[in-house]
Amino acid sequence: MQKKIKNARKKLDVAKNNPFHFYTQYYLIQLLGVKARNPEELLKGIKKIPASSIYYHTHKFLQQHLYLSPEPPNDFGFWTTSIINLKELGEAFTSIDTISFKNLEDLREEFIRILEEYIENKGYSVNCPEGQEFHFMSCKTFVFPTKFVAHDLKDFTKIIKKISINSLYLHIFEARLRKGINGNDFSEWFKDLGKKELANEISKLDPYTITLEGLREKILGLVIKYA
Amino acid sequence: MPDIKDYINIVGRDKIDDLYFLGEKTQDKTVININSTAVGGGVAEILSRIVPLLKQLGVNTKWDVIKGDEKFFKITKKMHNALHGVDVSITKEDFDYFIEVNRNNAEELNLTGDIFFIHDPQPIALIEKRKKVRGKWAWRCHIDFTNPKREAIDFLKLYIKKYDAAVFSAPAFARKDIRTQQVLISPSIDPLSDKNRELPKEIIEKILEKFKIDINRPIVTQISRFDYLKDPLGVIKVYKKVKKYIDCQLVLAGGGATDDPEGMQVLNEVKDAASGDKDIHIIFLPPGSDIEINALQRASAVILQKSLKEGFGLTVAEALWKSKPVIASAVGGIPLQITHKYSGILTYSIDGTFHFLKELLNEPEYAKKLGQNGHEQIKNNFLITRHLRDYLLLFLSLFHEEDIVYL
Repeated sequence: MQKKIKNARKKLDVAKNNPFHFYTQYYLIQLLGVKARNPEELLKGIKKIPASSIYYHTHKFLQQHLYLSPEPPNDFGFWTTSIINLKELGEAFTSIDTISFKNLEDLREEFIRILEEYIENKGYSVNCPEGQEFHFMSCKTFVFPTKFVAHDLKDFTKIIKKISINSLYLHIFEARLRKGINGNDFSEWFKDLGKKELANEISKLDPYTITLEGLREKILGLVIKYA
Repeated sequence: MPDIKDYINIVGRDKIDDLYFLGEKTQDKTVININSTAVGGGVAEILSRIVPLLKQLGVNTKWDVIKGDEKFFKITKKMHNALHGVDVSITKEDFDYFIEVNRNNAEELNLTGDIFFIHDPQPIALIEKRKKVRGKWAWRCHIDFTNPKREAIDFLKLYIKKYDAAVFSAPAFARKDIRTQQVLISPSIDPLSDKNRELPKEIIEKILEKFKIDINRPIVTQISRFDYLKDPLGVIKVYKKVKKYIDCQLVLAGGGATDDPEGMQVLNEVKDAASGDKDIHIIFLPPGSDIEINALQRASAVILQKSLKEGFGLTVAEALWKSKPVIASAVGGIPLQITHKYSGILTYSIDGTFHFLKELLNEPEYAKKLGQNGHEQIKNNFLITRHLRDYLLLFLSLFHEEDIVYL
């Protein structure tokens, strides 16, 4: 019994000393001046662009096209499918299990592998119409605090309903690829609170196949379930 | 002039709180905006809205306009056309005069600040003054840079390379041969301005009556400056083809910027092409006709923007914000605003525009859906609040090299 009380106190202390500060983030989009008209040029570009460009092209849709559900998973898949009409290649890009990659270089390698395989097998190239080239871009990310701070799960459930899509995005996506951690900021905090099952459930969510609003609902539901 | 808090009802409190935070982070900097015209044209319009709002967010922002005579603006118009890919001859004497006017302005302007935000090519050479006045310099290009004539771009590159950042309105304008950091910032519209706010039905009807437009028959409208690049003559051709099938009216309305001496010539050609058809309404609007433009857009069944070249195409965003179906050329920043057959129609020719115009006039339900989707697209990505945020991020980026900036 004493041990249980001690553990409970310890968890409370963690929460007290380690409240969850909600941050938010925005991009400033940078143009690289590099474009591609066909799969070969796309491959060449993917090989040399900075990692922040891989990040941008695999994540920007999630925030920009809130009204599309489900969102197209990455720019490379969208362009090859809709602009150069290479449905098979587009599907291969679209099916990349982004969540299984913990760093951007591995994700870049996967795009390269798919493209090289495609080019080797197909042996011909298709140019897009003029004006519809793929333009490589990158981004500078600005992260800053919001006024929201959760001291316990009760606070968390109230706040998760109010935070912006950008804040939700930051704590779910940025944490994984930029920090290279398993799970996300929320699951890390839940672990600290001793809510291991909740942390596991949250880190298992694949945010790439759910709209951000859908994700908010799922997180809320899980927190209520395990609170 | 609206208060920044007035936008909470449109975009949500969280977005405005974020703007205040970014404003606080920039409040120790003085930002000097410089362009070439105080009224007329999209650049002056955006600045007249953004500058007061940046001030409300705590940023010490100023706006100056360079002075130039008719000769200077004729040269800058030639340069503008050459940057759009039009074949024009710009002589060494023209370039020399351009530099001379910039140097005179550099002497006259009070260049005291931390960030110099220079808009479009006309004042680009002010950066020659950088060594003396110091600070960070960003060049904002509002025009279509896809296929510029070599002599014009080579001249501008001499100056662009001296800036800390070059800001473009569409990804296609980025250049491989520019080493300066290139940034994408789309322009925006202000949902609370006279041009975009909700209007009572009576005002719309009164304005239609003033221009002798029949409210009971479909109205097809293009709002734009009288400029060859907006292809008003092409619009008349489209209308004449559609008119054989549908009893509609055409409104071509717009003004002229003080730095555009070509406007009157285009207006006269348009009037000639329209003569003899009382259902074509050519309306030359003086500066400050925002409520008239708002009313004409709201009264329209379909909005056209058949530009041959376009920087961004703000009139498209204005029409979409009013949930109007838009048929526009796939040029400049227009494809960023319209996803074909989802939030509007993108076309490449007179025939294509004719086909879709006939279709939208015959299928109002489909047209309505396009307009609704267009409204959402503008709300999420092209309102002034997003523009303010991008500018604040740009200003901050000038002082941060890193990929991820923790503020």
